[in-house]
Amino acid sequence: MYQQLTLEGLWKNNPALVQLLGLCPLLAVTSSVINGLGLGIATTLVLIGSNATVSLIRNYVTSAIRIPVFVMIIAAFVTVIQLLMNAYTYELYLALGIFIPLIVTNCAIIGRAEAFASKNPVSTSAFDGFMMGLGFTLVLIVLGGIREVLGNGTLLHGAERLFGPFAVNWQITLFSPENPFLLAILPPGAFLGLGFLIALKNIIDKKLADKAAANAPKKVVRARVTAEN
Amino acid sequence: MKLTLSSSPHQHVRRTTDQVMRWVLYAMIPGVIAQVIFFGWGVMLQMLLAAITAVVTEAIIVALRKREIGQALADYSAIVTALLLAVSLPPLLPWWMTVLGTWFAIAIVKQLYGGLGFNLFNPAMAAYVMLLISFPAAMSGWLPPSSMALHDMSFGDAISVIFTGFSQSGYDLTQLRAGADGYTMATPLDYVKTQLSQGYTYTEALSHPLFGKGITDAAGAGWSWVALAYLAGGIVLIQQRIISWHIPVSLIAGVAVTATFLQLINGDLFGSALFHWTNGAVMLGAFFIATDPVSASTTPKGRLVFGTAIGFWVVIIRTFGGYPDAIAFAVVIMNMAVPLIDYYTQPKVYGQRPKQKPHQGES
Repeated sequence: MYQQLTLEGLWKNNPALVQLLGLCPLLAVTSSVINGLGLGIATTLVLIGSNATVSLIRNYVTSAIRIPVFVMIIAAFVTVIQLLMNAYTYELYLALGIFIPLIVTNCAIIGRAEAFASKNPVSTSAFDGFMMGLGFTLVLIVLGGIREVLGNGTLLHGAERLFGPFAVNWQITLFSPENPFLLAILPPGAFLGLGFLIALKNIIDKKLADKAAANAPKKVVRARVTAEN
Repeated sequence: MKLTLSSSPHQHVRRTTDQVMRWVLYAMIPGVIAQVIFFGWGVMLQMLLAAITAVVTEAIIVALRKREIGQALADYSAIVTALLLAVSLPPLLPWWMTVLGTWFAIAIVKQLYGGLGFNLFNPAMAAYVMLLISFPAAMSGWLPPSSMALHDMSFGDAISVIFTGFSQSGYDLTQLRAGADGYTMATPLDYVKTQLSQGYTYTEALSHPLFGKGITDAAGAGWSWVALAYLAGGIVLIQQRIISWHIPVSLIAGVAVTATFLQLINGDLFGSALFHWTNGAVMLGAFFIATDPVSASTTPKGRLVFGTAIGFWVVIIRTFGGYPDAIAFAVVIMNMAVPLIDYYTQPKVYGQRPKQKPHQGES
């Protein structure tokens, strides 16, 4: 069960690459690795909390009012995260801006509440939230990395905003472009980058499927030599 | 009376794709010559770079898609795209930007959408927009017309600047952009825009030596002759029935109507129709770019709407937007509207009556 949930969240049913949910924050904040990671962690925490809570109350909420209840639960968790980020990672809080409160409207979260947490026990729901959040975060990091390298030639720029003062020297400068490739940093770069990531995933899936088909044991069909009775 | 009898088919396809594309290339010649005269050999070098990149990219992607390479290259469409992009670029743009832009046009805008005939956007203009928003400083590095420049540019200088950033005598692009008075010279559109934003009137802006050297007072030196040359090439295209008149005429009219309307509101702040026609890329855009048979509207009425709307957007974006010229933005915006325009402008099927409107009150 847990193994299947892990596979679903990280690969087969990845919220960003397969379900294509939560694209608004995904496209808007992935201009650098740290921004992506910050929003990814926030989303993951909200997903775990909301999935667990929705699962706890799943037998008490009538289906007619479940959506407003889910939204209120998610909004409560988002507010908690927002206040925490305001207190501990203030600069990142400023950099992410409106996209922290907008986690409430991230369809990936309400999607998991509706599709999984409202039908499953607490432990598996919380684990599903964690894996879905992790899958989302990984895509945010990869996309942020691609855009940051192409646009700025750096990686992990501004790590101290998330990890505190001891991360000041984490920034890796691969090259210092004279003419930065602004397209990668601007919104079109996010769309193009995500498009290429999805295409890459589809190619890998196709290669795996081809390989599996090639390795599958062949059914031996014997030619009938004797006549049927 | 003698009746001649001829057997079917009675209608012939006039031209194949490669013939059409070759005619477009021939019609570009006057404009390209004018650009070389006024802006130096860099124009030719950019065309060469772009053409090579386009052919190589097209061949690689077509091979990856397991299609026939010879057929894809023989229709000249990649070369037309590359050359249209190249003549829009500043003549001394660093070589890798030209290569990147051409690659983007062919690989992403054209082939990823399915190749010739399937691209939503005009590849040359989408690539131009990509370069413009990525490298705004480099993409506005136009030279002053050669007659007004402080430094002479030889062929070797052009090669040297494009590949190393410095001319043979060691000048960089900023120095080469200096006019006879030693100041960096902007393009006419850019200059007027800056002057207007600083509180000068439109007439005051036109008193700069950049203007009045062309056909009219509002025409920028060099630029107006380039525009005229493209106009001449475009008329040849219409005469040869390579393009229909709908898009160019409506685009030029759209520019005129919008510009005149704004000028009637306040002649001190808005340029005249002549100013918009003779500066920047309106003529190139009207005849060579907006008429792209793939990404433009296909119905006669739709073409009129398409062209007029581009003309409208060109003036609006030039006047109120952040960039001096707007053909690329206007074309890309209207490319998005093409399916809608085509849907509402389907010509009536011959012999079919328009639907009767149901009477009110009856059921």
